[in-house]
Amino acid sequence: MTDTAPRELPLQELNEVIIRFAGDSGDGMQLTGDQFTSISAALGNDLATLPEFPAEIRAPQGTLAGVSAFQVRISDFAITTPGDAPTVLVAMNPAALKAQLHNVVQGGAIIINSDAFTERNLEKAGYESNPLEDGSLDGYRCYPVAMSQITRDAVAVHGVKPRDAERSKNFFALGLISWMYTRPVEPTMEFISTKFHGREQVIQANEAAFQAGYNFGETAELFESHYEIKPAPLPSGEYTNVTGNTALAWGCVAAGQLARLPIFLGSYPITPASDILHDLSALKHFGVRTFQAEDEIAAAASAVGAAFGGALAFTTTSGPGVALKGETLGLAVSLELPMVVIDIQRGGPSTGLPTKPEQADLMMAMYGRHSESPMPIVAPRSPADCFDAAIEACRIALRYRTPVMLLSDGYLATSSEPWLLPDIDSLPDIGVDFQRGFNGTNEDGEGIFLPYLRDPETLARPWAIPGTPDLMHRVGGIEKEDETGNISYDPDNHQKMVELRAAKINAIEVPDAEIAGDADASFCILGWGSTWGAIDATVARLQEAGHKVAHVHLRNLNPMPKDLGEVLARFEKVICPEMNDGQLVNLIRAKFLLDIKAVNKMNGVPFTTGEIEAAALAAIEAS
Amino acid sequence: MTDTPMRTQPADWATDQEVRWCPGCGDYSILTAMRMLMPELEVDRENTVFISGIGCAARFPYYMNTYGMHGIHGRAPAIATGLAMARPDLDIWVIGGDGDMMSIGGNHLIHALRRNVNIKILLFNNMIYGLTKGQFSPTSEVGKVTKSSPMGSLDAPFNPVSVALGAEASFVARTHDMDRQHMMDMFRRAHAHKGTSIVEVFQNCNVFNDGAWEGITKKANRDANLISLEHGKPIRFGADHELGVIVENGAAKVVSVADVGEAAVLVHDETKTDPSTAFMLSRLSSGPFEPTPVGVFRAVERIEYATSSTSQLAMAHNEKGSGDLESLLRSRGTWQV
Repeated sequence: MTDTAPRELPLQELNEVIIRFAGDSGDGMQLTGDQFTSISAALGNDLATLPEFPAEIRAPQGTLAGVSAFQVRISDFAITTPGDAPTVLVAMNPAALKAQLHNVVQGGAIIINSDAFTERNLEKAGYESNPLEDGSLDGYRCYPVAMSQITRDAVAVHGVKPRDAERSKNFFALGLISWMYTRPVEPTMEFISTKFHGREQVIQANEAAFQAGYNFGETAELFESHYEIKPAPLPSGEYTNVTGNTALAWGCVAAGQLARLPIFLGSYPITPASDILHDLSALKHFGVRTFQAEDEIAAAASAVGAAFGGALAFTTTSGPGVALKGETLGLAVSLELPMVVIDIQRGGPSTGLPTKPEQADLMMAMYGRHSESPMPIVAPRSPADCFDAAIEACRIALRYRTPVMLLSDGYLATSSEPWLLPDIDSLPDIGVDFQRGFNGTNEDGEGIFLPYLRDPETLARPWAIPGTPDLMHRVGGIEKEDETGNISYDPDNHQKMVELRAAKINAIEVPDAEIAGDADASFCILGWGSTWGAIDATVARLQEAGHKVAHVHLRNLNPMPKDLGEVLARFEKVICPEMNDGQLVNLIRAKFLLDIKAVNKMNGVPFTTGEIEAAALAAIEAS
Repeated sequence: MTDTPMRTQPADWATDQEVRWCPGCGDYSILTAMRMLMPELEVDRENTVFISGIGCAARFPYYMNTYGMHGIHGRAPAIATGLAMARPDLDIWVIGGDGDMMSIGGNHLIHALRRNVNIKILLFNNMIYGLTKGQFSPTSEVGKVTKSSPMGSLDAPFNPVSVALGAEASFVARTHDMDRQHMMDMFRRAHAHKGTSIVEVFQNCNVFNDGAWEGITKKANRDANLISLEHGKPIRFGADHELGVIVENGAAKVVSVADVGEAAVLVHDETKTDPSTAFMLSRLSSGPFEPTPVGVFRAVERIEYATSSTSQLAMAHNEKGSGDLESLLRSRGTWQV
């Protein structure tokens, strides 16, 4: 029934598509998704990604626990989220289908590796009957493809054994999807030969599998049409596709250069922050010194030591690590040394959900040290924003001589977006001076050094590092006397020092509150961190539906913008979506006596635009 | 006229802070030894740093006119490691007691020793928790009656020298607070060593554990119970050097020299690559009531940590050239819009 002449399939133009690749952990879904993202970026689409990793390194093959997924949304218009629900699911095995089906939009396309739907695999996934046969997929456009078989046939000519051929089926899927969305072939061929350089047979097998997938789309009479998504009207310039963790690592390196200081990182591997340690460990030619400590506490303690010596010091971790570092950070607060603590938040409590995002460390960042121990907090709002947030955190740490908490999360850490590369020359100079000489005199008129004599404007104390002649002094965690830094138990002095440390943080200069959307609206959505993309998309939808809505997103959580209370008070109703049980709302209530409404979600999955839209409409209707 | 650097005096190393240890505390003599040693080392005060955790011993930095940090309990070796890596040019001393170093700080201690960072660790062992007023410590003997062990401690104690040798330490020594010259010699040797040095100091807490070490350190008892290790010399002690150490059945043992003959006495070798013999020597004594070795147990050359780290930075620089931020931001591929 097949004809030999190439068919003229209709080419349909789409504004966007949301594709989720899902398979077993060993199936290469992350690589497939990444590569599709790369090609689409190069074509000029706007895009956003959302990887979903299982917590296990390699769960038993074919089980639900082992499903790994990668969602990518490509569009011809500017987007800020990876999409609420995939319109296309590529399911490499029954477990992937079972785990992901509920996410797919009704009527969405499901491309299935039918070869994987054996009785054994169906059983492992918990299916009692075969979904390909029992009608459960009737509400979707289903395309079963014998991916494993076709891949095995395609690579056999290169001498690849059937069992090894299985490993190339992700390239088959990539080829098929590349054909479906009219992506060029060359970039992937180049990618394969670079990535698998030196392994000839693997290169040939993967190239063959990819080509087979591409050809299958073209020749098999399975699809009604294929699609095109034109480039998005993004500002012109040079772009790279970057994840939050990579942007953070690069931001740290940039900060070191902007401050003209050597970088020291003390870190202990922990999901989802380890990549920053990996990235920085590979940048020794930038003079970056990384130290993999024996535990989280040593990681922070080593950073304190390095800061004492004059380095720009960092420690990177997730929630459990911040909990462990509490006492050490309190020491840094008392010593008033510059240091940046990067917390890539994840689901908790305790071990929680290492690979799922959450925003529930805000209270810990504010109060997670005993006694009155204030720390500034900075939170990026998107993967690319992590670069600027890192520089901002360093600016504050250096200028005010304080540890600073940078709160990112697992969603920002691993998802990616196109980033318009900044003009390096326009980045701020965040350098500060070390103390070189005396800053006081004794009764005999001789020069002396007062380690805790503060700058009148910033309230920061001098940073006098070992090696500097004449300025020898001792610092410690015990309460110290104002100006001299000598141990002091005096009641009035302690009161004064607690107040000074608080005043120093409160006086940090941060930009005023920025209002996106309709500044004159009576309804406002307040957010921080990774909810930015979904809130931004919600604002657009609401405006399209004729509503007026404002959006305030906080980059600085401590101190907050000086005019924030006044700005929020202008609105009749404010809602605050957070991936926690209500933390920013509580800070706002405590500080400004404003009754803003919490919209909470703690399921380890980022807010969808639809969820925030529903909450916003409910709030608008209620008022 | 030769240009000699101006030497400091012990007084130059003292601060204006009133020393607040209890009168009679063993820490005073350790402090004096350190202040007297510094001019002999011909080092600069501004390049010297004392780092401590929490405890009586940890007050030490306040009394030395150098840079210093009084940190948090147990974490001094980790703080010092960060400083040593960021500033390999500094002389870094780490001071702590048996609680700070072997209880809460035990983990950081063994890793610092394993890594061989260029820091000099002085462990003041008084077999008690002094600052918190008299609880038993990880080096207190079993059965020790204290406020937290009214029926006697159940914990078997650590032997800090054994632990250090087990943690791969490249320089391990022991001294005591009643012999200033010996302390100065041990600290001098520790300072000269490249890598992590650890010196255990038997120190007397006259308020909460007075006289605990007297069985060894009191002059009248030294002949019987103090074995002074000297590299290259047979290990002998006693008023007439009548006692010696041999190795028998995999353990060090005290014998009468007359019984075994001079040639049989173990000759001390600090530089032995394998720490087993040093470990055996550390096991000679279970407490301050029997012959106990002091001196340098081990002094071997090992690659120092910060030096290796710096080498890697230099190697990377040679291979890849100086880091360029513009290139870094483009290193994952770019496209033009």
